[in-house]
Amino acid sequence: MTSEALHLSGSRAGKTHRMSPAQVIIGSAVLLAVAIVASLSLGPTGITLSSLPRVLSAAISGTTDATIAREQLVLLDIRLPRTLLGIFVGASLAIAGAIMQGLFRNPLADPGLVGVSSGAALFAVATIVLGNGIAAPILAPLGIYALPVAAFFGGMVTTLILVTIAGRHGQLMIGTLLLAGIALGALSGALTGLLAYASDDRQLRDLTFWSMGSLGGANWPKILAILPFGILIALLTPLLIRGLNGFLLGEAEAFHLGINVERTKRIAIVATAASVGAAVAMAGVIGFIGIVVPHIIRLLAGPDHRVVLPGSALFGAALLLFADIIARLIVRPAELPIGIVMAAIGTPVFLHLVMKRGIGGSE
Amino acid sequence: MLTAHAAAFQINGKTLVSDINMAIPPGKLVALVGPNGAGKSTLLKLLSGEIKPTSGAITLDGRALSSFTALDLSRRRAVVPQSTALSFPFSVREVVLLGATVPGFAEPPEHIERMALDCLRTVGLLALEHRLFTNLSGGERQRVHIARALLQLAMAKRAENEPGILLLDEPTASLDLAHQGVVLEEALEQARKGLAVMAILHDLNLAAVFADELVLLSAGRITARGTPAEVLKDDVLSRAYGCEVRTNRTPSEGVPFILPHYIRAR
Repeated sequence: MTSEALHLSGSRAGKTHRMSPAQVIIGSAVLLAVAIVASLSLGPTGITLSSLPRVLSAAISGTTDATIAREQLVLLDIRLPRTLLGIFVGASLAIAGAIMQGLFRNPLADPGLVGVSSGAALFAVATIVLGNGIAAPILAPLGIYALPVAAFFGGMVTTLILVTIAGRHGQLMIGTLLLAGIALGALSGALTGLLAYASDDRQLRDLTFWSMGSLGGANWPKILAILPFGILIALLTPLLIRGLNGFLLGEAEAFHLGINVERTKRIAIVATAASVGAAVAMAGVIGFIGIVVPHIIRLLAGPDHRVVLPGSALFGAALLLFADIIARLIVRPAELPIGIVMAAIGTPVFLHLVMKRGIGGSE
Repeated sequence: MLTAHAAAFQINGKTLVSDINMAIPPGKLVALVGPNGAGKSTLLKLLSGEIKPTSGAITLDGRALSSFTALDLSRRRAVVPQSTALSFPFSVREVVLLGATVPGFAEPPEHIERMALDCLRTVGLLALEHRLFTNLSGGERQRVHIARALLQLAMAKRAENEPGILLLDEPTASLDLAHQGVVLEEALEQARKGLAVMAILHDLNLAAVFADELVLLSAGRITARGTPAEVLKDDVLSRAYGCEVRTNRTPSEGVPFILPHYIRAR
């Protein structure tokens, strides 16, 4: 079946049925609010959000009660940073996916699929393993920022290689992109495996965390470490809206429309690397968010990046929080890696999208 | 005026076009014709500013094209590509609105919306406004892109002495007889309204009917330039295309039309 036939069957005689941008943004925001409340309320300890007023007043008055102290620990030092980390990771991975798909003009481009996440993970793992050894002089001055900065460069190097390989001759070839991405991902994985040999037991435990992803290690220093990245992404993303919309027609067409193509590419690469790098540094490799979330937003509201980017951020944050809630409740008191939950949610959704609409790719 | 001064383009030591001297005057439809591989697309890219000449110059009102920013250039000239594969489900309206050099296309101001619909009406596709671009026929897509280019030029606030430039890359390539006429009629109409229009055309007969001026490109050089009657001559065309070409004239209008020799061989 051709992609046209797929489009026809999926969209009822080719008419567009869409929600308004406001509906999609508000809907996603409401969903995120629900997810935040649920994420703060649910957990194996049975402490709920109803304890919050007590905890806050105790924190202000300085009361020391064992029960309240425990509630305080769970709510303010475990669940709150974990929820904030989930918001950041979900939003930035979804944004990174949307940006890459716009940049490469293909809905299949995803930081996880084309090796950007693996590249970021490799650099993060290298930071952990070599951080006290040969790389110490460079990494030590960076303090808590060493990990996200290293992952940022890992993501950036991978993206630059991808753009160079797949973007020769002025047009990006998606087949080349995906194959190059698979190769780069495999190489990063192999090098990460190599580093495992050089690591000690404690580091090795850290390393397993990268392969599946988890929000489990969330704490306030980590939130502080990703804050500058969050600000950077929030500043860069709006600059991309017009450029990425133009890119949807093609690179030459974007230039004809008056878009500074090279500048758009540069910003897109930095924003993607910052998003993926910081997310991977703090939560490991979590797949599917970057591919599923922008897909759903485009299905609902169309491909305009003024909706796709903020919509993906809100919806991605909500989806990751829900996945994390499942991850920590389903086998309690143990915890599943969130990557497993995301794969379980993401795969059927993605396959359904592919079957229903086609990937909308080549014509 | 968009002008080429001894412009040449080389890549990897290979000369694609050279010694190009031409202008696209406002109010005229210039047809760029020539055999496959003659360098027509390269010349269009040079004239659109997409690539820079390796020697010589392309100027707009006397200023080198490369000194314009992409944005400034987009206010003066629009390009209709030969074909564009869209990977995302756009509506026709959204593709047209991409021509409005504004941040996006979701909720455009009312006057832009009106202009976009005007442009769709101009190309006769108003009824398809909410259809998905990917479901259109080749001819309809071509016209949507023309509407998009028209909106781009209509949006730009230009001074009286800064007419817009419309460049079309084989706008009739995938069209049937009737739509070839519709599209070129529209291109000519835009020229008459003051735009400087250039179209790459493969069909010399269409060029003969619609173009004010023909530029014949052969092996990267302009081998003939002038009115259809001046360019469409047996010896000129036979040399350029490397096959025997016979020019005739329609009995009633006297417009040149061309038959290659293989027609006679049957």
